[in-house]
Formats: sequence, C-alpha cells, structure tokens
Amino acid sequence: MAEKKLRQIAIYGKGGIGKSTTTQNTVAGLASLGKKVMIVGCDPKADSTRLILHAKAQETVMDKVRELGTVEDLELEDVLKYGYGGVKCVESGGPEPGVGCAGRGVITAINFLEEEGAYTPDLDFVFYDVLGDVVCGGFAMPIRENKAEEIYIVVSGEMMAMYAANNISKGILKYSSSGNVRLAGLICNSRNTDREADLIEALAKKLGTQMIHFVPRDNQVQRAELRRMTVIEYSPEHKQANEYRTLAQKINDNKMLVVPTPLEMDDLEDLLMEFGIMEAEDESVVGKAENA
Amino acid sequence: MAERKPIKGITKDRTEKLIQETLAEMPAKAQKKRAPHLGANEPSASPCAVKSNKKVVPGVMSQRGCAYAGAKGVVWGPIRDMVHVSHGPIGCGVYSWGTRRNLMQGIPGVTSFPMDFTSDFQERDIVYGGDKKLEKLLNEANELFPLAKGFSVLSECPVGLIGDDINAVTKRMEGELDKLVVPCNCEGFRGVSQSLGHHISNDSIRDHIIGRFEFPDAPGPYDVALIGDYNIGGDVWAAKPILEEIGLNVKSVWTGDGEVEKIGATHNVKLNLIHCYRSMNYMCKVMEEKWNIPWLEYNFFGPSKIEESLRNIAERFDDTIKANVEKVIAKYKPVMQAVIDEYKPRLDGKTAMLFVGGLRPRHTVGAYEDLGIQITGSGYEFAHQDDYDRTAPEMAKGTLIYDDVSEFELEKFVEEFKPDLVGSGIKEKYVFQKSGIPFRQMHSWDYSGPYHGYEGFKIFARDIDMAINSPTWKLVKSPF
Repeated sequence: MAEKKLRQIAIYGKGGIGKSTTTQNTVAGLASLGKKVMIVGCDPKADSTRLILHAKAQETVMDKVRELGTVEDLELEDVLKYGYGGVKCVESGGPEPGVGCAGRGVITAINFLEEEGAYTPDLDFVFYDVLGDVVCGGFAMPIRENKAEEIYIVVSGEMMAMYAANNISKGILKYSSSGNVRLAGLICNSRNTDREADLIEALAKKLGTQMIHFVPRDNQVQRAELRRMTVIEYSPEHKQANEYRTLAQKINDNKMLVVPTPLEMDDLEDLLMEFGIMEAEDESVVGKAENA
Repeated sequence: MAERKPIKGITKDRTEKLIQETLAEMPAKAQKKRAPHLGANEPSASPCAVKSNKKVVPGVMSQRGCAYAGAKGVVWGPIRDMVHVSHGPIGCGVYSWGTRRNLMQGIPGVTSFPMDFTSDFQERDIVYGGDKKLEKLLNEANELFPLAKGFSVLSECPVGLIGDDINAVTKRMEGELDKLVVPCNCEGFRGVSQSLGHHISNDSIRDHIIGRFEFPDAPGPYDVALIGDYNIGGDVWAAKPILEEIGLNVKSVWTGDGEVEKIGATHNVKLNLIHCYRSMNYMCKVMEEKWNIPWLEYNFFGPSKIEESLRNIAERFDDTIKANVEKVIAKYKPVMQAVIDEYKPRLDGKTAMLFVGGLRPRHTVGAYEDLGIQITGSGYEFAHQDDYDRTAPEMAKGTLIYDDVSEFELEKFVEEFKPDLVGSGIKEKYVFQKSGIPFRQMHSWDYSGPYHGYEGFKIFARDIDMAINSPTWKLVKSPF
C-alpha cells in the first residue's frame, strides 16, 4: 500500500455559525467511514471536542502549561484524549477574554503537538477548528506551511456570515502565495433564510470554489448536543446523520482546491441585493434621523 | 576514574547543614522548590541527585539568560560569515552584540559580520506584522554585504506573540537571494533558560544547513569536526593546533570562528569531537543517527585532561595517530611542567568555587587541580540531568553542588566555605571582589584567554595566580 498522505483541514467561519458542531459531526462521519482523525481545537473557549468526548470541557494544553509552569514539563497523554470512533482530541485553550495572548496559545499548542509526535502516520485527517476571526498571526498558525492545506468555510445565508466568508478568503489568498493553503469549499449550515442554497452556490462560484454541501437545519442536532453527542452517535439512523455522513464522504473525495478570488465589497453587496438580502442604498437618507 | 580524595574540612554533614541553614532563610514555598537543586556531592551517584532544568523560583536573583540569548549569543553569533538578524525591538540585538568574546578572523563587512543587525520593531510592526520589514531588511543587508554567505533570522519575543511567520519569509527570501536564509524561532519566553535556545538553534541547523554543502577537498580518514567550541578568548585557536599536530584534519568548527559552508558539510567527517556537550549534543546525535558519525566528548582544560582526552581520541584512530599523540604529549610535558613548577607552589592547597554556564563547572576542574587548587563547590546556570551526572565523579565527596544558584545562596555558600577564588559571571564579580574574595569572570575568561589547550593553560595559570596572589588583597581592609 502506498504511504497515505495526512490531510490537514482547517475550518473557519463567523463566530456562532456552527463551526464546532459541524466539525465534530463531520469528523464523526469520517470516523464512521473508518478514517483515523484528530481534532485540534484552536479557540480559547475550548468547545471543539465536547461532542466527541461527551465531556463538558477537555483539559487544554494551555491549562496544563499554566499548572506546570512550562510547556517542557507537559506530556502528550496529559492533553490528548480519545473519543467516539477513536478520534484523537486536543484543545489548545488559552486565557479568558481580555487578558494575555490567545494567539500564542495556539502557536504553543501546535508546536507542542508536533514536537511530541501527535501527528502519527496512521492518521488520515487532522481538523483544526479555529476561532471565528483571524485576528492575529496566532490564529493563522493552522494554515502556515506544512499544516492545513485545505480550508472549509462554514457559512449561512445571513449577510454577516457571508462577509466573514469573503474576509477569510482574503486571508487564504494572502497565505496561498507563500504556501500550499487552498480554499476547498463552503459548507452551508442552513439558517433557513430565503433562497439560501442558491445564494451560497452563487457566492461559492464568485470565490472560485464550490458549496460542498448544504446542511439543512434540524433540531436533532440540538437534541444530540444536550447529551454532548454528535448526531451520528446519538441517532445514526436519523436523516440529519445522513447529511453529515454525506458531507464527510464529499470531503473525503474532494479534489477541488483553489486559490480563492475574494469579492470587492461592491460586488458582494450587488450579490446580496440580487438575492434580496440587502436593499439598494438610498444615499439621500444616509445620516438622517427618523424624525428629521 | 579514581575517586578524588576528600577535601580538608569539607564533609557531607557540613555541606548538608549549610544547605539547610540557607534554605531556612527563604519563604516555605521557595524552600520547597530550591531544596532539590542543592546537594552534597556523592561521586559514585548516578544519576546525580541534584534536580535541574526547572523554572527559576520567582523573586530570586537568577543568572540565567533566555532562549534568544542562547541562540544568538552562543550558537549563531560565532558564525562569522553570516549576517545574524535580531528580529524584533532593538534591545535584544544591541545587548547581545559581541558580549561573549567569541573571537573571529576576517575583514568586518567583507568576510565577517560582527555587527548588529535588527529589524528595530516599532508600534506599527507589532500591529501590522513585521514580515514585510524583514523582507526589506534582508534585501538591504544582502545589497550592502553581498559577500555574506547567508542570513539567520532570530525571533525576539514579540515575533512569537504576534505570530509573524518568519519561516515563510526566510523560505521565500532564500529563493530570491539564492543564499542561505535560516529561521530560528527562539523567542526569549520559550523554555526555562538559554538552554532551549541552543536546542532550537541546533534544530534550525539540522533543518536548514547540515547536508547542504560539501567540503571542496577530498575526504580523508582523519577528518574531524570540533563541536561546541565558541572560540571564547581564542580557545579554538589553541585547541585546533593540537588536533592538527596529532595528525587530524579539523574540517569545521561549530561555531567558534565558524564558516557556515563548512558547518553545512560536516556530515562528511569521520568523528565529531564535542566540547560543550550541553549546547550541541543534539546535533552530534542527529549526525550519528543520520550519517553514522560517532562522537566523543573531550576536555582541553589543563594538561591532565588534555592528555586523557588525546588518548581517548587516539583510540578512535590507527597507530599513526596513537604514536603522534604520545609524541605530542611527550613534547609538551616539560612545557606544562614548567608552568606547574612556576605557579603551583603559590597555589597549592587553595580552594575555589565555580558557577558558570553549561560546561565549565565540570570541565575546568582538572585545570585547577593541575595547579593544586581544589574545587569545593560547583554548579550550572542551565545544565540538565546528564550534565550533573557527568559532574558528580569530577568532584570530591561532600562538596557542594548547586543548580541555578541564586545570588543569595551563592553568597551564603561562599561566606561559609571561604574559598580562595570564585569563578563565575559578571553579576557576581564585584559582589565578591568587594567582600575581599579574589574572582575571575569565567564566561568570557575575564577579557583574557585562551584557556584551552597547552597555550591556554599557561594563560589560565598566570590569571589564576594573578587573581589569588595579587598584593591588592593585602591592601584592602574589609569593613566586615
């Protein structure tokens, strides 16, 4: 058998869009296909592995570093846990909002995993679930050279989610010039907005990529989450579990990796207007109060 | 090796009592943390019982440096034909500029680059990232100094915080400039001491330099490399001739007076001779695993250790080298005896205490002993367990071993043991001199040197005699 190539995938998207839920359900889908997967949570909130581990919050790399004083004293088994389907789980962790440097936490954690040999040859996929906005170099760590080369952006038909997807594409464009990072597709996590699938298809086309899957909204996801489980584990026969398995299969088979072509703000707004999400601006009313 | 004779007045009980008394003056938490780092020596103990390579206890005055200091000051700084860029705000670059006295040949700006290159970060660079500035700097430096053989880029703390991807910039610039451009992620906050900076630098050499060059001349059976000699005060220039005199061919030196293309071709030598084990054992192990190159530790401080080391080296070669070694030893024996005859009568029976970096606390012991001086206490700033294991047999039973000793502890120990000499760093120098104790600054040989090899021993003996027997001490009246 030819030596299999580890595929490293980073999931980005607007805060609250459902990155962690989508990632974990997709990973559970890949695991159910017999794939070996590791999830690296890159968000100080540390909620990227709870559905796989059935845990409230996994002890994070930075928690342990804080406890021990230095990263050199940390052992891999202190922070690497195994969950559903043998999925390896690590959370980088980081400070509470307003103090310290969360970005460095991500860098420290990923360096630590590399040095301690967490990237074992049996792995098929590593998923990085990254904080909503790439606010500093630390949160770009997962897409640096020799790390994730495939980026999926979780998006919905809401305006701000699409703005965020376009901005993330700009970041990918910047990094794609110095390395192999590519946009691999948009995952539409439906919010039941009007003509959502068409809109995201159109956005994907403008970005030069594809909508890899449209995940319909289903409360089964929330029901599973209450038990800290993925839908795939909670109700494998449910139709929503099939959606995630389909997404997993599509990611497994995906070969469409592109350098994105982000939109100018005007183009993006034209697109939103075309689909009726945004109305044409009436310059004559800008800055005028309601009763003026 | 025969165990050393006990030193008069130094017993395990006395040393342990001293440690307890010293600890008793600290807060409980500090006591608990410091206690395992101090011990009375047991020469046969392996592993050595003293704990090491841990975070400094908050609140004490420590002598340690940082990862950046280990990278810039120790490993990269001595490579003379590269431009070394301190990437970040200006302070780190300036205060590590030429402070270690790693002497080098060459014409500054043409074949050697002992200047301070820094990207001098401003607010703007923190907010927007310094990668573009770094690129510009490398272009400008290459234009100004076209004969530089390459560049190293050493990250200062802020670079790691803002996540500047120096690895991407160096890779791109290496293509553009068609020259070595080596990243080293040695942010000062990483690790507990400068030791991690050595390790990170070794990894950079492994990933970016070794194996990329070849020596211009054909390989021979006597090809060796000197590893971990940084040419402090010209040490390399005293050690290398001895190896050449016994018939070996020193193809490269890491990194004292170093040339990067020779360093990058070292995978072709037959044996690596390692001096500073702490800072470069990593690369010796890499070359052993990848290219099957054996390595051997050696010690050229003082004639006894030189002879022992030369015979160990000879064991790795044929009869020609073995015969040469005996000839060389015989040739220098009378020269060394003359040095000993001159100085030993004035130094015999004296005692000294040492506290230096990662090698000298054990390697220089033999040189003192050749002059009749006994070492009553020794310790390292940033050593690891394997260093202490190598130290225990070099010290007499019951002597004091201290790891990462604080100023307070060292003063206390010196007060009790009353050595005739303290050998340590610049921070300790004036404290002890002012209390009337002869002192030598043993990081940079106190602006003297070399201390290595046969040449070095003459200077070492003169300096130690000068320190201990200076008439100055008779003129100074201590107020205490």
